[in-house]
Amino acid sequence: MNIHLFLEMAADAAPDRIAIGTRAAGITYGELLAMSRRAAQQMTNAPIRTVTYCGLNRPELPAALFAASLAGKPFTPLNYRLPDTDLKRLLERSAPSFTLCDTDIAKRCEGVADIQLHVVDAFFAECSRPDNAAPELADSAQDIAIVLFTSGTTAEPKAAILRHSNLVDYVLSTLEFFSADENEAALISVPPYHIAGMSALLTSVYCGRRIVSLPAFDPGVWVDTVIAEGITHAMVVPTMLKRIVEVIAERDVTLPSLRALSYGGGRMPATVIERAMDLLPDVGFVNAYGLTETSSTIAILDPASHRAAKASGTAEGRRRLSSVGKPLPHLELEIRDENEVAVPVGVVGEIWVRGSQVSGEYEGRKVVRDDGWFPTNDAGWIDDEGFLFVEGRLDDVIVRGGENISPAEIEDVLIANAQIDDVAVIGLPDEEWGEKIVAAIVVNAPVCIDQLKNQVRERLRSTRVPSVFVVRDTLPYNDTGKLLRRQLRQELAANISTSDAAVG
Amino acid sequence: MLNLTAGTRLRSAVCDMEGIVIRQPDSAGSLACGGIPMLDAKNPASTSAERIAQAEPNRALIGKRYVDEESGLEVLCSKQGLGGLSFDGRPLTLKQAKPLPASD
Repeated sequence: MNIHLFLEMAADAAPDRIAIGTRAAGITYGELLAMSRRAAQQMTNAPIRTVTYCGLNRPELPAALFAASLAGKPFTPLNYRLPDTDLKRLLERSAPSFTLCDTDIAKRCEGVADIQLHVVDAFFAECSRPDNAAPELADSAQDIAIVLFTSGTTAEPKAAILRHSNLVDYVLSTLEFFSADENEAALISVPPYHIAGMSALLTSVYCGRRIVSLPAFDPGVWVDTVIAEGITHAMVVPTMLKRIVEVIAERDVTLPSLRALSYGGGRMPATVIERAMDLLPDVGFVNAYGLTETSSTIAILDPASHRAAKASGTAEGRRRLSSVGKPLPHLELEIRDENEVAVPVGVVGEIWVRGSQVSGEYEGRKVVRDDGWFPTNDAGWIDDEGFLFVEGRLDDVIVRGGENISPAEIEDVLIANAQIDDVAVIGLPDEEWGEKIVAAIVVNAPVCIDQLKNQVRERLRSTRVPSVFVVRDTLPYNDTGKLLRRQLRQELAANISTSDAAVG
Repeated sequence: MLNLTAGTRLRSAVCDMEGIVIRQPDSAGSLACGGIPMLDAKNPASTSAERIAQAEPNRALIGKRYVDEESGLEVLCSKQGLGGLSFDGRPLTLKQAKPLPASD
């Protein structure tokens, strides 16, 4: 199956229902299908390998995605926030391509060989003539539907490949076709080049849920839009939720239309999610864990588990608020050690997953094993009731004196202090221990380092106590809210060896 | 015989029901709606079959998936009509799926 079928089905089931945009002036499923067919006509016979998209979230984005699918070309949204040289490098890697871009990005794309450059709105205006010569949808389940460049926080971005079969399986396994009522609307505020941005388009069209997108995230505009457009569903990354919560508290507003708010793409501080649950008591929160290479979500902490964890009287129960819940029922998930052997409950290892939504494939390299299992490179563990805890990238696990230490559990203890706004714990080389634990903190009031050390010693154990604390103004993040640990590690290594700025 | 590869879109000969093949059967057979073989949705040809006037008890509902355990055939109902589905005379059964909360 090809993902374009979702749009054809939606347009058949409810051609006049609004698919994208405002209730007053949105595009219907029938119109979206017509846009996709006309655009596909321009792409299908062009001597191109991919359709790339360099621009903000805009109403034409879904049409561009579906048109590329119908034309049988991989859709490749690029990160327009990259410096010009990096953006050009990705355009070169995707060429020959049909490139759709925003007006102000067009000049940044100039000079790249083998790209057919089109400004998005002009292109869709030009191909708005009705025409019936849309390409025939081929049987193309094994074709590539979407290529996403991973954020490249460690090296040259990898081109993750998602085939139609991966995405179709994800959608069919998790949702029911046209299960949304006519009042439902999803607000998309993650950028097009993020897997959650792509999967939200597919799932919304399949459910029959109207899509409203923010060109760029701003917490005030997000809140205004939820209220004005009667948004019922939204997905955010942790840094967005933190800022949204601040706006809601400051303006003292409620969001009566909002039913479901999912979050993912990074670690959510317990203080932020607890505050969000207090301020929005009628909203069902969902923590979604997934990777680009797994076609989005593979585990969820559902609304009931959020409430149970928050109300729990035990530390173990409350801790589940920071878990990512349970694996989706159609997937298999295991925690394995470095010899690729499954570990017992409670032991930290690498998260492995298997299922047809899992691609585990990059351009030129397959990471998924022949038996279908994919090593995620994420560290995690499962508790005695099957709740999955993600401890971050495997490479970020600190090995001190032969003991594997997860930065996340130390970060959780420290962030619980009201004076600490942000924290990151990393390992730096140490002659005696192999690695030493370093905590970078952002504070809003003076803190007593000895007291912080005591807290970690009491809650965890003495081997987990950071030997060095560094107070910083900010921590480095990428634009989708991922902490840039490698950059931080380099900065701290330089800082600690060359000055006495470090405390502790 | 009607092509039943995954992704094929089908329409009923006797009501408004439309569907799509999710999983191909591992044996050849006849897929029917309201007891009459279904048509390829792309095929404009009409049939002489008489349209049914009342909803059948096992009527296919929009968004639901129906399976034939024996052959593995799975069909998603994308448009609701009045008829129920059968494969080689065996009624298809509703595939119960626990809906998951929206995550993206």
